[in-house]
Amino acid sequence: MSIENIPFLGKLDSGVPAGPLEKKWDSYKANMKLVNPANKRKYSVIVVGTGLAGGAAAASLAELGYNVKSFCTHDSARRAHSIAAQGGINAAKSYPNDGDSAWRLFYDTIKGGDYRAREANVYRLAQNSTSIIDQCVAQGVPFAREYSGELANRSFGGAQVSRTFYARGQTGQQLLLGAYSALMKEVDKGKVTLYPYREMLDVVMVDGKARGIITRNLSTGEIERHAADAVVLATGGYGRVYFLSTNAMNSNVTAIWRAHKRGALFGNPCYVQIHPTCIPVSGNHQAKLTLMSESLRNDGRVWVPKKKEDCKKDPSLIPEEDRDYYLERKYPSFGNLAPRDISSRAAKECCDEGRGVGESGLAVYLDFRDAIKRDGEPAIRERYGNLFDMYHEITNENPYKTPMRIYPAVHYTMGGLWVDYSLQTTLPGLFAAGEANFSDHGANRLGASALMQGLSDGYFVLPFTVTNYLGTHATELLKKVDTQHPAFESAEKEVRAGIQKILEVGKKGSRTPTEIFRDLGKVVWEKIGMARSEKGLNEAIAEIKKLQNDFDTNLKLTGDDKLNKNLETAGRVADFLELAHLMAQDALDRKESCGGHFRLESQTPDGEAQRNDDEYAYVAAWEYKGRGKDSIVHKEPLVYENVKLSVRSYK
Amino acid sequence: MSASNSKTMNVRLKIWRQEGPSAPGAFEEYSLSGILVDMSFLEMLDTLNEKLIHEGKRPVEFESDCREGICGTCSLMVQGQAHGPVRGATTCQLYMRSFQDGELITIEPWRAKAFPILRDLITDRRAFDRIQMAGGYTGAKTGPHADANAILIPKDIADRAMDAAACIGCGACVAACPNASASLFTSAKVTQFALLPQGHADRKRRVIRMVDQMDKEGFGSCSNLQECEAACPKKISIQNIAIMKQEYLKAAISADFRAGLGSADGGA
Repeated sequence: MSIENIPFLGKLDSGVPAGPLEKKWDSYKANMKLVNPANKRKYSVIVVGTGLAGGAAAASLAELGYNVKSFCTHDSARRAHSIAAQGGINAAKSYPNDGDSAWRLFYDTIKGGDYRAREANVYRLAQNSTSIIDQCVAQGVPFAREYSGELANRSFGGAQVSRTFYARGQTGQQLLLGAYSALMKEVDKGKVTLYPYREMLDVVMVDGKARGIITRNLSTGEIERHAADAVVLATGGYGRVYFLSTNAMNSNVTAIWRAHKRGALFGNPCYVQIHPTCIPVSGNHQAKLTLMSESLRNDGRVWVPKKKEDCKKDPSLIPEEDRDYYLERKYPSFGNLAPRDISSRAAKECCDEGRGVGESGLAVYLDFRDAIKRDGEPAIRERYGNLFDMYHEITNENPYKTPMRIYPAVHYTMGGLWVDYSLQTTLPGLFAAGEANFSDHGANRLGASALMQGLSDGYFVLPFTVTNYLGTHATELLKKVDTQHPAFESAEKEVRAGIQKILEVGKKGSRTPTEIFRDLGKVVWEKIGMARSEKGLNEAIAEIKKLQNDFDTNLKLTGDDKLNKNLETAGRVADFLELAHLMAQDALDRKESCGGHFRLESQTPDGEAQRNDDEYAYVAAWEYKGRGKDSIVHKEPLVYENVKLSVRSYK
Repeated sequence: MSASNSKTMNVRLKIWRQEGPSAPGAFEEYSLSGILVDMSFLEMLDTLNEKLIHEGKRPVEFESDCREGICGTCSLMVQGQAHGPVRGATTCQLYMRSFQDGELITIEPWRAKAFPILRDLITDRRAFDRIQMAGGYTGAKTGPHADANAILIPKDIADRAMDAAACIGCGACVAACPNASASLFTSAKVTQFALLPQGHADRKRRVIRMVDQMDKEGFGSCSNLQECEAACPKKISIQNIAIMKQEYLKAAISADFRAGLGSADGGA
């Protein structure tokens, strides 16, 4: 028999409640279906991923009384990649009394996203932001404090208020450990069952609803079936498609891609964030790149030499008048805190002009000389000590003495599974949260907003929207589906066949998964990276197809089907190859520039992104049509009732 | 611009290989040439694995994820030291420039009864999760809470709590300890919540349950050897262990806690 692949038939319905912007979420909650406490224990929910969104959702759903099954690829839920977020989390607390409000956070985020996000989702995010801070403090998250005992704030790019809360340079770690603690509390109570070392390889659809998943136990190789009444994917972003990125080694697209292949539409795959401040690439052996937090731009000044011939000189010998503080020059009102997409492109421009520094010429300086002179070295150490140490370890250079060298690198993906206002994908009963969905950041994410979105989705959105789903479909969902159902049978068979195929081909070929992966990354970085053109994107598609063929016929793999990291990598590369094709197609289709998506054919006379609101103010939601085949686009028009679309200027 | 960038070196590796949890293991030797001194230690192992695959051999299984020292996934004994010879760094933050050209480098998994080996250099550290489960949380549920600034926490207390909370749960403390004690890991969590007012309501229950769980998992006792602090990539202080012992003693002798042991969810 064939398994259900759900063709997309309807019109994309965002499900945003009617009424004024600031009342929409209240109105959703007032009208949602509830599940009474005694019935809650009759439902089970699968949550895949234990980062901020997944960990928070699993803990919060369990607290409500649902039986939660929590899956992660690591040995422990505490290792999800949210842990690596450094700088901070935004919230419209307005503690510094500097004019912040939910409205302003909403507006900054919509504008930061270059007017390509859904208004209602972003407003809800801004509203939830203050509760997140209260929640985390109650959990004992040790945020930075002032001598008064009150919480400290710093500024981040794209905002003129100080609304970022932080825990040294380890904010993601502390927030994640907060969510992890809450999760472990529920495990102890028996409301959450942990499934570590599990990779999700398929969603199981029964009678048009997501009723379970197929997983592989990474420590034993076993293929398993898990049934539930709703499935939440909180499996992060797909930045690793570039091979070199700041994402963790095991971050991947597989869970959401397999859901996409089952019928969940994929939103805005070409929207990728290239972070301006990363440690530059140093050689072909590198496996990943390291971010230097955006918070450094609070005190560091970005510059390159004015003259090309100065580029190889010792920077301390270059006098003030020969330095080009290009962000301060081009964007005087935001200066070094210009948003990420803009700062990244500005760095690329300087390097393209031949004014890049360092061995490769692909780097710019981030200089703390003036801040150290102004505040003293101890103050700078207090603020950024761990980041400076990290830089020192990697580059063998002391950033207290020599300016840091930085260059943009892939950091975050704004695209992801298309979801409606309730974070439900186009597959009923399948939800996507955090970086795995497309929803809140438009075409560019502002700094310190990813942590906010992950926790908002997990703590304060899904507990309501999953309840609404279970309540609405109670009659059907109370008829339990077990894992003997034919849909599980055939999904498992397909998963096994996929792995078997990789192992078989792997016996005969000559190229390792990593070699193909690295080649794919180069194509995607060069042609679907910081600057995109019709010609380059078409070339990318041709090269990706070649690599797909290479993978299908010439893969080299050793080891067995038990614990085998290279087999895991191979499975993920198979999905990345398909995703890369879709990214190119989406980027080709969007013949405008917006946020992180910069089409060379669409720029203003001074080289800024030129949007085309008349034709492209929509979400591109793609439907999968088969490996190597073009996908079909469905469009959700973006309706702006509260903000006026304008040129996004930081000058 | 760094002094060493394109210099290369040769290394000899002695690596622990073990098929599975109950299979016998043994060291195997490998040699690599042309390794860049600016390569990270794990990139050197990546290079070895690529070579092994091309030779038709099974690659060396080891774990890593963030490769920037924060996720706690990587966990290798290098030259007999947890995370290798560099202080205050994880294995992924180790660079080849810390080794000599031609050096013989011995690589082993964490060795502790409570961390069984899954394959080669990968151990199962879920015992840490179970310690955390026993009380490493405040109990605050998702929902409305008092405004965050309603709880004032002096900066020095917040900073000390953060010092303890910086633990990445890698297990180096256990691997470095001759007794394979998990005291540093457990005490870091206990201390974070002992310092912060948010942790005070269930303070006694927390320390008793977490310490009991630590013992149940088969970790050894602390005999103040301080190896854990020396090996900790986050430089967590053994002062935390002193605080944990104090907390444990206070809880164990307090009458109100003992009275609560009889209740359904009291005690261990």
